[in-house]
Amino acid sequence: MKLTLKIWRQKNAATEGKIVEYPIDHIEPDMSFLEMLDILNDELIMKGDEPIAFDHDCREGICGMCSLYINGEAHGPDRGVTTCQLHMRMFKDGDTIFIEPFRAKAFPVIKDLVVDRSSFDRIQHAGGFISVNTSGNTIDANTIPINKKDADTAFDAAACIGCGACVATCKNSSAMLFVAAKVSQYALLPQGRIEATDRVLNMVSQMDAEGFGNCTNTGACEVECPKGISLENIARMNREYMSASLKG
Amino acid sequence: MALDSKIPSGPISDKWTNYKDHINLVNPANKRNLDIIIVGTGLAGGSAAATLAELGYNVKAFCFQDSPRRAHSIAAQGGINAAKNYKGDGDSVHRLFYDTVKGGDYRAREANVHRLAEVSGNIIDQCVAQGVPLAREYGGLLDNRSFGGTLVSRTFYAQGQTGQQLLLGAYSAMNRQIGRGKVKMHNRHEMLDLVIVNGKARGIIARNLVTGEIERHSAHAVVIASGGYGNVFFLSTNAMGSNATAAWKIHKKGAFFANPCYTQIHPTCIPVSGDHQSKLTLMSESLRNDGRIWVPAKLEDAQAIREGKKKATDLSEVERDYFLERRYPAFGNLVPRDVASRAAKERCDAGFGVNKTGEAVYLDFAAAIQRYGNEQAYVKGLDTKDTKLVTKLGTEIVKSKYGNLFQMYYKIVDEDPYTSPMMIYPAVHYTMGGTWVDYNLQTTIPGCFSIGESNFSDHGANRLGASALMQGLADGYFVLPYTIGDYLAPDIKMGTISTDLPEFIAAEKAVKDQIDKFINNKGTHSVDYFHKKLGKIMWDKVGMARNEKGLNEAIVEIAALREEFYKEVKVPGDANGLNQELEKATRVADFLELGELFAKDALHRNESCGGHFREEYQTEEGEAQRDDENFAYVAAWEYTGKPSEAVLHKEPLVFDNVKLVQRSYK
Ligand SMILES: Cc1cc2nc3c(=O)[nH]c(=O)nc-3n(C[C@H](O)[C@H](O)[C@H](O)COP(=O)(O)OP(=O)(O)OC[C@H]3O[C@@H](n4cnc5c(N)ncnc54)[C@H](O)[C@@H]3O)c2cc1C
Ligand code: SF4
Ligand code: FES
Repeated sequence: MKLTLKIWRQKNAATEGKIVEYPIDHIEPDMSFLEMLDILNDELIMKGDEPIAFDHDCREGICGMCSLYINGEAHGPDRGVTTCQLHMRMFKDGDTIFIEPFRAKAFPVIKDLVVDRSSFDRIQHAGGFISVNTSGNTIDANTIPINKKDADTAFDAAACIGCGACVATCKNSSAMLFVAAKVSQYALLPQGRIEATDRVLNMVSQMDAEGFGNCTNTGACEVECPKGISLENIARMNREYMSASLKG
Repeated sequence: MALDSKIPSGPISDKWTNYKDHINLVNPANKRNLDIIIVGTGLAGGSAAATLAELGYNVKAFCFQDSPRRAHSIAAQGGINAAKNYKGDGDSVHRLFYDTVKGGDYRAREANVHRLAEVSGNIIDQCVAQGVPLAREYGGLLDNRSFGGTLVSRTFYAQGQTGQQLLLGAYSAMNRQIGRGKVKMHNRHEMLDLVIVNGKARGIIARNLVTGEIERHSAHAVVIASGGYGNVFFLSTNAMGSNATAAWKIHKKGAFFANPCYTQIHPTCIPVSGDHQSKLTLMSESLRNDGRIWVPAKLEDAQAIREGKKKATDLSEVERDYFLERRYPAFGNLVPRDVASRAAKERCDAGFGVNKTGEAVYLDFAAAIQRYGNEQAYVKGLDTKDTKLVTKLGTEIVKSKYGNLFQMYYKIVDEDPYTSPMMIYPAVHYTMGGTWVDYNLQTTIPGCFSIGESNFSDHGANRLGASALMQGLADGYFVLPYTIGDYLAPDIKMGTISTDLPEFIAAEKAVKDQIDKFINNKGTHSVDYFHKKLGKIMWDKVGMARNEKGLNEAIVEIAALREEFYKEVKVPGDANGLNQELEKATRVADFLELGELFAKDALHRNESCGGHFREEYQTEEGEAQRDDENFAYVAAWEYTGKPSEAVLHKEPLVFDNVKLVQRSYK
């Protein structure tokens, strides 16, 4: 395949960026999107240009490191996949592809397509944990039985990979789906209930402090989430938040 | 220097308890005066950081990703072992210990493995208390499944994402400590050297990958938890950033490197599809519970399939060779990883491979679909002769068990594995070798510890499935917190260590010099060009099967490639900011040295064991032939200036509690 790539180039956070056009040829349908970028980068290096910086690590859809806004969609046109799982067979010979970083105030650009998502970490520092000692003196695991349905639903929420596609997709750059996934995981389990009030209040207030926008229930986040994290989690978090606010 | 493994005396089942009763403890008020650096925040480093911070130490943790949550441990699929005997099927600490020593082909240290088995149950308790959503049964209790190489059900799991959930558990424990200010997290930082002061590890040199700044960090002890070095092969199931730099840099500063040639090749990975390929994807071992592995029985059929003239489904039962079932009737498709991998390679080498490159075998679920479908039809009182219905019902069952893996396969290969068999081939997966550590998990450098996949401990020559996660968390949550305290006890009055010491200045200069050299080198090839070349040498000559001739060639070729790399590598951009090519260059430089030591280790070990198969040492039936008389030792290499001049030290392995026997799966 022969393609035209229009890619966001930005030297660093302090410099202005712009879209630069790159033609590319001999792309096979069974290459992944990131392998296509590898090939472009190799060409750029051979020409003496700087390759395009982009984040990635596992390349199998689990670490949450890859990002990319492709033709106006977080993680590109395929559903239920991350950018590293996107394959070139989703495109046609002659296509023009726009590639941009995830854009949100709380995700400043570091370089080219690499953004800083440490705001997500800081929300977790504020309460994304259960306050249990790691000393090994915990009770036997089977003395905390958990209804299978609750355990499975908690797992579904816990499957969030922290990629930030929900934020990038949302017209308000809201982080609700991400935060709700973590709050939900713990809301569904007996462990850690004792600190549920503090958890949700602290995480939400940190989320606001980081500059994420408000949730207006448009649901775009759910559509673009590669892990199928559902809007139900936002409803569950809202309930937790309401009851915490009443208590708090 | 003589190797002292510091194994405590006494009966094996009492060693760890007695040890803990007699070590030096640090008073909680004094822990505040002690700093610990942890390089890596995967399962091993993350759990260690959380626990040490909770105990009161000041922890400085480092990872090269943008968040500890992304460490490579996140990718582990299958599960984690623990001797809980929740199923009442006869599991015990002793059995887990025994299976692990045997599975490792008797090349692991008994005392360490026993300790691992002892603390395994605690890991599950800890994780559940942290809110890790492990799989449950309908009664609300934890569920288990079985894994290769054992006869009991001791594997705990969270769908196909066990590593993810365990890592997020450790990450949450870390977050709690970061929130309290006890862990200072350095994301997007890469350790590039170790600093030794008066013979003790006292700090590291790290590069801030965002600003490019070279930083000095001091501490009273340094813990390396940087994962495995499988990416020396370029193509592996490891994450792209996984590297050997931290482990290799401490090796160059005096830490012995043990058993580098022990590498696990996983039999069920998606095959290589072309030159553009950047990494390989694992299909969980659990698939072998239901999938049957085969190749065409006749060469002409294999050729017709490769040329696209025939399809797998065109071949009748008699035209297929179920080679694992044929060779190993007792274990069949469930033989351990090393055995399954070699058997697949043997068939492909003989010309029976089924994809374009001839390096793939089939993993077929048709029989399982029919079997499950029949069962369902029978249970539901439907017509078991209705083949369409049976296939539909069977497909549903297979989907419920392995749906996410089938989906992953479909996305990558663009072929429906429900209707045509999957193609699989072995790939580099896990490295059992690593920095040598004693019973305290301390390397040969005082004050420098190594945990998780980066050390050589516990798995011998072959790792059983679901054991790496167990070891990482055991080391981090429950072992290191004791042993490091014993080491640090004398340092409580020392005060902060200055980073202005000449040792820090010298180490920083060396790092800066190397970076300058790369940036200013006017070469002709990209870093990947060299990495791929190294990978090819490694795979062809130091891969699944090795022989003396190939290894000798590899040693020469790697040395030559290294020389060419330093002359011809081209690293664009500058050092004062994010530069991913520069990051790769520093990593590949270390792989180019490690690869040579790897081959040297494989060459000296004149036997076959676990993940190390020397073609000269096999039984008449083509099975691995161990030599316990001459090779029942850990090979620990000391760096003396060049990988080729590394000096071998032997730690003899003593087996008082298990009897050494030939592994057989017939
Ligand atoms: C696809 C796959 C599936 C697997 N499935 C299973 C399974 O089901 N069960 C099982 O038991 N095992 C499994 N394993 C093996 C297991 O996942 C790993 O062995 C284990 O997770 C390694 O953990 P670790 O903490 O030692 O290292 P890692 O998780 O690899 O962490 C390494 C850390 O070190 C950091 N780091 C590395 N170098 C530097 C440096 N120079 N400077 C700063 N930071 C650095 C990284 O940023 C990272 O934080 C699997 C492995 C793979 C590849
Ligand atoms: S909720 Fe979905 S889109 Fe948002 S961070 Fe988690 S996995 Fe990514
Ligand atoms: S690189 Fe890990 S999810 Fe894409």
